[in-house]
Amino acid sequence: MTTATRAPALRFSGVTKKFAGGTTALADANLEVAPGEFVSVVGPSGCGKSTLLRIASGLDGITAGSVEVGTRRLGYVFQDATLLPWRTVYQNAALFAELEKMDKAERRRRIADALELVGLTGFEKHLPHQLSGGMRMRASLARSLVLDPEVFLFDEPFGALDEITRERLNDELLRTFQLRAFAALFVTHSVAEAVFLSTRVAVMSARPGRVIADIAVPFEYPRAPELRYTPEFAALCGEVSAHLRSVL
Amino acid sequence: MSIPHSGLGAGGGGAVGITEQVDPERLLVPLLGRAAPSGRGGAAATVLRLGTRIGLPLAVAGVIIGLWYAVSDIVLNSYQRFMLPPPHRVVEVGFFTWSNFVPLVQALGTTAQVTFTGLAISIVAGVGTAVAMSQAKWVENALYPWMVVLQTIPILALTPFLSFFFGFALTPRVIVAVIIAFFPIVSNTLFGLQSADAGMHDLFALHKANRWTRLWKLQFPAALPAMFAGLRVSAGLAVIGAIVGEFFFKQGQAGLGTNMSVYTSLTEGEQLWASVLTASGLGIAVFVFFGWLSRRVVGRWYQPQRR
Repeated sequence: MTTATRAPALRFSGVTKKFAGGTTALADANLEVAPGEFVSVVGPSGCGKSTLLRIASGLDGITAGSVEVGTRRLGYVFQDATLLPWRTVYQNAALFAELEKMDKAERRRRIADALELVGLTGFEKHLPHQLSGGMRMRASLARSLVLDPEVFLFDEPFGALDEITRERLNDELLRTFQLRAFAALFVTHSVAEAVFLSTRVAVMSARPGRVIADIAVPFEYPRAPELRYTPEFAALCGEVSAHLRSVL
Repeated sequence: MSIPHSGLGAGGGGAVGITEQVDPERLLVPLLGRAAPSGRGGAAATVLRLGTRIGLPLAVAGVIIGLWYAVSDIVLNSYQRFMLPPPHRVVEVGFFTWSNFVPLVQALGTTAQVTFTGLAISIVAGVGTAVAMSQAKWVENALYPWMVVLQTIPILALTPFLSFFFGFALTPRVIVAVIIAFFPIVSNTLFGLQSADAGMHDLFALHKANRWTRLWKLQFPAALPAMFAGLRVSAGLAVIGAIVGEFFFKQGQAGLGTNMSVYTSLTEGEQLWASVLTASGLGIAVFVFFGWLSRRVVGRWYQPQRR
């Protein structure tokens, strides 16, 4: 699974998270993401999948256990695009770079690159309310890509989109993944999306969440959209679903 | 996940902010119209839209003038008519008589000066107070109740006190305008500063932005629509404050309020009502100005819920 010689990009060891209200979101969760690996997390609603990402990013603390993040260059795409409505696409893409006080010339170059990568060149001056849901998500992706992240966290980014847009963005995300070679931790509700994108799929139990299965996905990258319709793909989705059913 | 910025619960400030936010939007639509989606409907639809937007307020104006005449000519007898002279007399005596018109314009200038000074002070002090409250919960807890109290003190009760310190001329008038116009700016600005959603705050927390960066790049822009709504309310209130102040503090240049109180005691109904109409005109002008400014500044990205 993971190579022992390299330090992991991301490692959760025995992570427990209790909220002030008394809910235990995670109990002894273990998960490791190697550099360049794409790991998806699936699980029942409220099992602490998103909490895992918030912990990795430092937005939330932990109650017990340990978390190692191998880099400070962290990308994070939220469930909502969370674009600032008063900023144009360009200015939104610039936000993280601004907050990280990136050099101006460098910033301009990287924003142009990122917007091109997500296919938003020509939309720099548009405001979020003028964009479709898919385009807003691309802008949100670009905002993190500007930082050239080594670890990329995705919190159900395409959950609110229609099937066609979603599959297209999946294809594009994989292309970006190959180009930029980041390590990804991707939370989703969709088994097919998880299998299509990932090198490994982790299945979490109902709350308090922990990882109960870790399934390797053997398909080579680049992955063609047609992969979704092969018997091997279906078999793997079936396996993940079986694990999911066992925890429901 | 405890979310410290969920806005509405803040010391009761949210509720106030909301009610005051809705009104000006509603009022402004018939006055200025709203950027209508183009290309839908045709010339007929445009005519219809203009008809309802301009025609309806005009029809209401007609009804009001009709009622005015009815009260003045039918309800009041000739000894009582000074209370509400018919509209044409108000226009004739109040506006079209040169010796009355000149002092009216001078009074308007004085009232406008008091209004704008009071409004400017309210904006600076109000926004400053709201920013302080948004940065520390204890400041909000300590000050907010007193803002409400300040709002409820009758100006009448303050007049001896104000005149003792500030005399009877322009300064106490400005203070009255500030007292009346201050609160909506504080409450709306505070509501606005707390309105950015938790997800947006996460973006800044993720990159360890300090509170000033967060204030400047997130909370302040997010607050602008609410601030403008508060400004429009306060602008109208500042006019009222200036006139109320002029009722009590009559030394120095006469304002519209000074003259109203004089005309009332002299039973000069025509000039009294001409002053009232002029004061309304000033109120409408500042209201419309801030509506226009609001659309210039935030209209590009902020659209109140469309029908």
